Amino acid sequence: MSGSVLFQAIIFLAGAIICVPIAKRFGLSSVLGYLLAGILIGPYVLGFVGEEGEDILHFAEFGVVIMLFLIGLEIEPKSFWKMRKTIVGMGGSQVAITLLLFYLAFLTMGFSWQVSLVISMAVVLSSTAIVLQTIKEKGLMDTSFGSSAFSVLLFQDIIVIPMLAIIPLLTNSALPEVSGGHEGESYTYILEDLPLGIQTLGVFLSVVLVVVAGRYLIVPVLRLVATTRLRELLTASALLIVLGLAFTMELVGLSPALGAFLGGVVLATSEFKHELESDLEPFKGLLLGLFFMAVGASINFIVIGDNPLMISGLVFGVIVLKAIVLFLVGTFFKMKMDQKLLLSIGLAQIGEFAFVLLSFAFQLNILDRVDLDMMLVVTALSMTLAPILGIVNERFILPKVGTRQSEPRKMDHIAKSHKIILIGFGHFGSTIGRFLRSYGIEATILDHDSNRVDILRKMGFEVYYGDATRIELLESAGIAEAELLICAIDNPDASISLASLIREKYPQVKLMMRAKSRFDASELLNMGISNVYRESLETSVRLASDVLHHMGFRRYTVHRQAQNFIKYDEESLRRLAAEPMNSDQYVFKVREEMEQQEKLLEEDLKRGIVDNDHQWDSARIRKDAD
Amino acid sequence: MSKILVLFAHPKFERSRVNKLLVEKIRKRSSVTFHDLYERYPDFNIDVVFEKELLAKHDIIIWHHPFYWYSCPPLMKQWIDVVLEFKWAYGPEGNALKGKQALNVLTLGGSREVYCAEGRNHYTVNEFLRPFEQTARLCGMDYLPPFAILGTHRLSDNDLAKYATQYDALITLLLQGVAPREVGKCDYFNDVAELKNLM
Repeated sequence: MSGSVLFQAIIFLAGAIICVPIAKRFGLSSVLGYLLAGILIGPYVLGFVGEEGEDILHFAEFGVVIMLFLIGLEIEPKSFWKMRKTIVGMGGSQVAITLLLFYLAFLTMGFSWQVSLVISMAVVLSSTAIVLQTIKEKGLMDTSFGSSAFSVLLFQDIIVIPMLAIIPLLTNSALPEVSGGHEGESYTYILEDLPLGIQTLGVFLSVVLVVVAGRYLIVPVLRLVATTRLRELLTASALLIVLGLAFTMELVGLSPALGAFLGGVVLATSEFKHELESDLEPFKGLLLGLFFMAVGASINFIVIGDNPLMISGLVFGVIVLKAIVLFLVGTFFKMKMDQKLLLSIGLAQIGEFAFVLLSFAFQLNILDRVDLDMMLVVTALSMTLAPILGIVNERFILPKVGTRQSEPRKMDHIAKSHKIILIGFGHFGSTIGRFLRSYGIEATILDHDSNRVDILRKMGFEVYYGDATRIELLESAGIAEAELLICAIDNPDASISLASLIREKYPQVKLMMRAKSRFDASELLNMGISNVYRESLETSVRLASDVLHHMGFRRYTVHRQAQNFIKYDEESLRRLAAEPMNSDQYVFKVREEMEQQEKLLEEDLKRGIVDNDHQWDSARIRKDAD
Repeated sequence: MSKILVLFAHPKFERSRVNKLLVEKIRKRSSVTFHDLYERYPDFNIDVVFEKELLAKHDIIIWHHPFYWYSCPPLMKQWIDVVLEFKWAYGPEGNALKGKQALNVLTLGGSREVYCAEGRNHYTVNEFLRPFEQTARLCGMDYLPPFAILGTHRLSDNDLAKYATQYDALITLLLQGVAPREVGKCDYFNDVAELKNLM
């Protein structure tokens, strides 16, 4: 039924496009939509996808890698270091307690100690993909639930490495080792036959390599690439970076996701942060979607049918036990009730690493086929249930617990976004940025000239490289939370297209636009944007004022006259912009307006003073008094 | 030799016949620093450091302004508000102006008769000037009676020329030194004998 790659692609894409919007419509997370799509196209419902679902699963795991890279990008090294206690404390206690409980549970159920250990190791891990996707979708990254969930998941990503190292040691010596048993596995690495000390050194060196390369290789190369001004080259570089990181990590036996995360953290302080984010975002989304669908497709309904009680009991038991442990950990770390519930239910599922661990153990003959199939189904089912449980928690349990609002952000290491976005940091924008800064207000600055970005960053400005007319870049710069967007772009066409883009997608963001001429200004005003600033108006009036001063006019009178002139000019511009656009008529109107302005100016000159200053004019009062 | 600082505030100086003549008479005098506030600060953004340095260099401060709504034009009030700083002009260690002399030079549309209890304005000019008097006192300055050109609306050119000569004489007198207690007996500086003779 499956057929060509094209057909496969069509099936997956169509499944996603049909199921995800339906899920969203009902207020469910996109993860659930993808999982359901997977089940639907899988071998037991429509049968479009067969055994190759597992290969797709492995391929799609790369989505998780990209996701961790993107998360790394949002965490600056300083804040990462601050989180170390939470990562080790919460993550460590969750893993240790859960592991112990499950080990004992499976032992009492009659499994051998090796099998019990492997299964409990697989069960301990939660799904980074599901949890982080949901957290990001709901914007909970800044809450204490968000940061503690993230810490626990990160610790699990790290602990996978020793787990993978332990499994081969569990092989029953009575059984002959399957030669080359895990050759096809992704976790084959070059250091494996070396002594432990050298292995550790290799791991350490590779981490150092990632950090050094991030600073001194990746950023300079990106700068070079940016000077070509070819968008697709930057996208290619972004993908190359992530693939390179993942490959390096696999080589030394570290989890690729962890490597990608580390690389992200290193690049978090670079000016390419937002550009990389927006380049990789679509890939991450697609691959993660594919991953969830593959999970859905891999659910073996025959195994469920054979042993429904056992399976449902296991799924239930795993989720409840994991949730209880997480709840206790949350209590120990003094989390609020609602945050604690979010954490314990959010992380109660079994994660994607279980697939890896379990199949690895199967290849080493630790697990038999029946146990493997059963545990794979349990894993996939728990992942499918996770978003459903999240909804139940959110709709029925949390409202009873009370405080539902995310608490005031006390840990702001993640997603630090400013309220103001400043686009364009040339001679116009830089003045704006500098003046705002003199008030202690730091805007997130975007500019498309990488050389300038480089120089400005050296001066301590938070400037990012990228083409701001692309909505993805604006999104990663935090447009969704932004209050104000200042557009100081030199190119009027780009400004106008940016303005219409934001009006359409983020109408709540207040726009302050630089305009070059009256005509650009009118166009922006016609779009309904009221904060339009002509770059030449104030400066030329000031110059003219100085001319008048040189000719002997009083400064204060000229100053008031200038203010009135600017006001009048702005009014006439707005009056004109309100007229319906008809090019001929427009030109005619402009001429008319100019004539009118000229007339007014003449009158002003004849009078010599501004209308509303009569009260200071003693000559006039004297005349009236007579 | 003591030096005089004339702080001049007129938002429409170019249209003031009286003040043009008055200022012309005294601005070029060697011991006078004529400081045109509206010309210097059209945006009301007063350079406080500069103003304080200027004050330090002079012994006599003249607030020269038209009498608008029984007070000074807003920029002069702004000047008082921002320049006469706490701990500098007054308060603890606020001795920068101590011992200097200060007075108002005013141009008023109304005549002397309307500024009294029976007149249309109910109060005397001196009463209206209490804020200036007290400001000077708080800064440790001797406040001298005002030199006022009253009834400017109906002032003849001849009278105006006399007032200008009087203003010039006032400067000379101040430079020679006056005893505050002595001149303080008059309501207006115009009534001090040396000036009165010139009318």
